[in-house]
Amino acid sequence: MTAPAATPHKSFSLARVYAIGSNTLLELVRLKVFYFLLLFALLGIGVSFFTSKMTFQEQSQVLKHAALGMMSIFTWLLAVLATAMLLPKDIEERTLYTILAKPVPRLEYLLGKLTGVLALLAIALVVMVAMFTLVLYAQQQSALAAVASQLAPGPDLEAARQQVRADTFTANLVPGIALIYVKAAVCAAVTLLLSTFASSAIFTIIVSVMVFIIGHVQPIAREYLMITEKGASELARFFLGLVALLIPDMRAFTLLDDLAVAIPFELFMQTAGLGVLYVTVYFLVGYLVFAGKEL
Amino acid sequence: MTRRHLTALAALLVFGFVRLPIELHIEGKARAARFHGVKLDRGVFEKVGQMGFVAALSGFRAVVADAFWIHAYGVWERVDWAAMKIDFDIVTTLQPRCVLFWDNSAWHMWANASIAALEDRKQPRAALRLKAQREYWRLGEDYLLRGIANNPDSAKLHTSLGSLYRDRFQDHAKAAEVYARGAALPDAPVYLHRFAAYELAKCPGREREAYEKLLAFYRKGEDEHLPTLLKHLGELQEKLNVPADQKVNTSPPPAKP
Repeated sequence: MTAPAATPHKSFSLARVYAIGSNTLLELVRLKVFYFLLLFALLGIGVSFFTSKMTFQEQSQVLKHAALGMMSIFTWLLAVLATAMLLPKDIEERTLYTILAKPVPRLEYLLGKLTGVLALLAIALVVMVAMFTLVLYAQQQSALAAVASQLAPGPDLEAARQQVRADTFTANLVPGIALIYVKAAVCAAVTLLLSTFASSAIFTIIVSVMVFIIGHVQPIAREYLMITEKGASELARFFLGLVALLIPDMRAFTLLDDLAVAIPFELFMQTAGLGVLYVTVYFLVGYLVFAGKEL
Repeated sequence: MTRRHLTALAALLVFGFVRLPIELHIEGKARAARFHGVKLDRGVFEKVGQMGFVAALSGFRAVVADAFWIHAYGVWERVDWAAMKIDFDIVTTLQPRCVLFWDNSAWHMWANASIAALEDRKQPRAALRLKAQREYWRLGEDYLLRGIANNPDSAKLHTSLGSLYRDRFQDHAKAAEVYARGAALPDAPVYLHRFAAYELAKCPGREREAYEKLLAFYRKGEDEHLPTLLKHLGELQEKLNVPADQKVNTSPPPAKP
């Protein structure tokens, strides 16, 4: 009996990335990270309670702002906290050594870890969107019933119904939610980059949170960097230049802060593209550091 | 710091230079689409406090605005108009593109607060009560004007401002002008065109202009032969001494069976 022919080892395998990614996702799910969804539901109920005396338009507006804000907060926190603990946990539990002792390149390991977090963020966001849609739909049905009881059948009733529908599900919700995901993915990539050289998860979390906050004022630093006239302090320009060059522009993804404004398709695609560029470059720089890390 | 760390830092700096024009391009597009229009400066900081300011800076401007809007409703139940105005100022500063906030802030001022001022039992002097009432109208007007400055394409705000001039200030010339501007907007309701003409009919010296406009509506067909339109048209025909053979029938149409 002859031994089966050994399959040649590939220098890069998507199957191995998938295996690491799915294991990362499983580990994170086992940490009961989805319990935050309960908090999301409770906040939804809280908002409904506080807005019970408002008009339908106000209720709908506040609910949308609050729900999208919560989605943004939760996905950001999830991205930072879940990513920051990946490498330290694997080092502490010595899983990292077991994996890297096998013919698994570090690139695949890191990519698998990032893929796992991105999958977790996608699942979390989909569940939150489903809950949000359900509440919004219930609110819409209740408003439609109220309108039907107040107006006699005719053009006025139809116009009022159309108004209710237009006030509930606005077209910019979909690109806005997609940008929430992209923003969280950028946060995950930045956190992964930080964790490749950080000595502790706490350090990674703190710096990542700071990057997130500073990232929202990065356009101001960028603006200052572009000032060419005399009078702008050189020292200030140097430091703000560093901020503009090292920190990602997080404000670019915050288009849902102006929910009333429709997001043009071209702007959405370019912003999402910028997000993908950030994720790719921060991941590659992270790999550069991780590849030479003494373990 | 190892050589690899330095290489990573250099790579990030190079990436920073590469992405700068891309970010500027996207920023320009976003601004052209009227995003990122809020300047979070010292004035906002003083209004929303440290935590609110950090939250607004961190991309949660809409959530902070909503929290203040909910707070304003609590204040409304305590009938504290001054505190409500402070909340409305914060909300409209943080969400200048939200028509609903401008419209409702204005409505609370020119409708609710003004009536409360007029019926204020603590103020025995009627003249001062009337003065306070007018001041609240002015506050409502201010919200609507600032709302229109931030949302020039909003027919809703034009409608509200026109109604405020018409019903409260009794300034029919201004009402006609605002209604006409609103009627030119893409999402304007059909009645706004008529409202502009109705208000014009009440402006001394502009009767001929109003008559022409109303006549144009009348000639569009029976659907436009509405009681108010017929009433104004009849009055203007008399005022302008329109010859009998040029007069249109302004008697109300017979009721449909």
